[in-house]
Amino acid sequence: MKVRVDSERCQGHNRCYALAPELFEVDDYGMSSARDDGVVPAGLEDKARLAEANCPEFAIHIEEDPAS
Amino acid sequence: MSENGRPPVDDWSGDYDIFHADYITDPAPIWDDLRQSCPIAHTERWGGSWLPTRYEDVRALARLVPELSSTEPLVVNPPPLPDGAYGGVVAPPISIDPPAHGPARRLILPAFSPQAVERHEPFTRELAHRLIDAFAGRGRADAATDFAQQIPPRVIAHLLGVDEEQADTFVVWVRGLLEQGLTAPEIRFEARTNIIEFFTEQVAQRRDEPGDDFISGLLAGELDGEPVPDVHVVGTCLLLLVAGIDTTWSSIGSALWHLASTPSDRKRLVSEPELIPTAVEELLRAYSPVTMGRVVTEEVVFGGVKLQPGDRVLMNFPGANRDPEAFAHADQVIIDRQHNRHIAFGVGIHRCAGSNLARMEMNVALSVFLDRIPEFSLEDPAAVTWAGGQVRGPRRLPIVFPVS
Repeated sequence: MKVRVDSERCQGHNRCYALAPELFEVDDYGMSSARDDGVVPAGLEDKARLAEANCPEFAIHIEEDPAS
Repeated sequence: MSENGRPPVDDWSGDYDIFHADYITDPAPIWDDLRQSCPIAHTERWGGSWLPTRYEDVRALARLVPELSSTEPLVVNPPPLPDGAYGGVVAPPISIDPPAHGPARRLILPAFSPQAVERHEPFTRELAHRLIDAFAGRGRADAATDFAQQIPPRVIAHLLGVDEEQADTFVVWVRGLLEQGLTAPEIRFEARTNIIEFFTEQVAQRRDEPGDDFISGLLAGELDGEPVPDVHVVGTCLLLLVAGIDTTWSSIGSALWHLASTPSDRKRLVSEPELIPTAVEELLRAYSPVTMGRVVTEEVVFGGVKLQPGDRVLMNFPGANRDPEAFAHADQVIIDRQHNRHIAFGVGIHRCAGSNLARMEMNVALSVFLDRIPEFSLEDPAAVTWAGGQVRGPRRLPIVFPVS
């Protein structure tokens, strides 16, 4: 799974950072970006989905792995 | 029956009154009706305005820049400022539009980053304990005036580097500006003048003797590569008061009102304190305090209505957060709600810059309160009073609790 923050939409609500600090980091202005090129480590998929489902700006996008 | 001498509201879709007792005490049923019958309502009252009630509409309208301007963020049409009322002082960045908005916002955001806000957490926790110490032995308290209302002004005073005693005066000024002042212009002018004169003096002091406080930080900052003018700093301090005080105390008060009236939720948070941050988001959704105003600058047809230059549009974040199209069981408070894209802090470029600070204050206030006073209930539900309009929350909240 990969996660991506649309920087055009992000307004720095910091919801993703509060819910999944393993996956997101914020700059001095509170603007978020995905850590590690957005690669979601195994076991953190639910946290990625939680962050996506709590973003008021709909700025977080998830790419699911192709069904194996 | 007339409402304080105003005509009664027979038709909420075409003649709503945001200062009507029903709208202040329990607005959710009104929004629910409007969403079905007339999702963007209109009124001629209080200078005239439009009231969207659907989540998607409020989100879209909040992002409609530059067609909707933030130069008049109040929910009513304020009378013009008289001479001597410092008409040139605005409150950047909340009351300005792009392109000046971006630099003004970047100036203040670092002071409210998650890391910056964490530095105020120990003070907030000590303050919450100190406030409870004062009434813990009495078995009764006003959770609004003795607790909720005390926290944000003292945190703001701490952040500004001014004497904590100043906080009581801040409360008088903010209520004068945003509560009584919206319907009584002379109170608003007086409050505004006092705030501006106070901060003009503070800014001059910090120019001479900089500290590590918010004001000194702004003075050391840059606005688009240029030094920050004093009048800009004064305006931003004005913003800090009007945006950071009655908003957060309303949220803390509404949360305590909910927990005092809903024993099952209160007991669950006492036994599962790790759930408090999730509950805070749900309480923010269900009892969003803030409605902001925008003014139309160019004609736009939206949602079947024609918004014309000069029209006021209310950013009904509280109503949007009760939309069943956006939230399952929107009318219920589900304290462990997992999917919660609420917009209590707004959305788009004017997202509340202090949202991390507000969330920290709410989390600390609730966790300390539930730890110290795990059992409490309303002394008399009829004695609870609410303020509303721009900012909604309880103003009298008498509770009783067992003394251990």
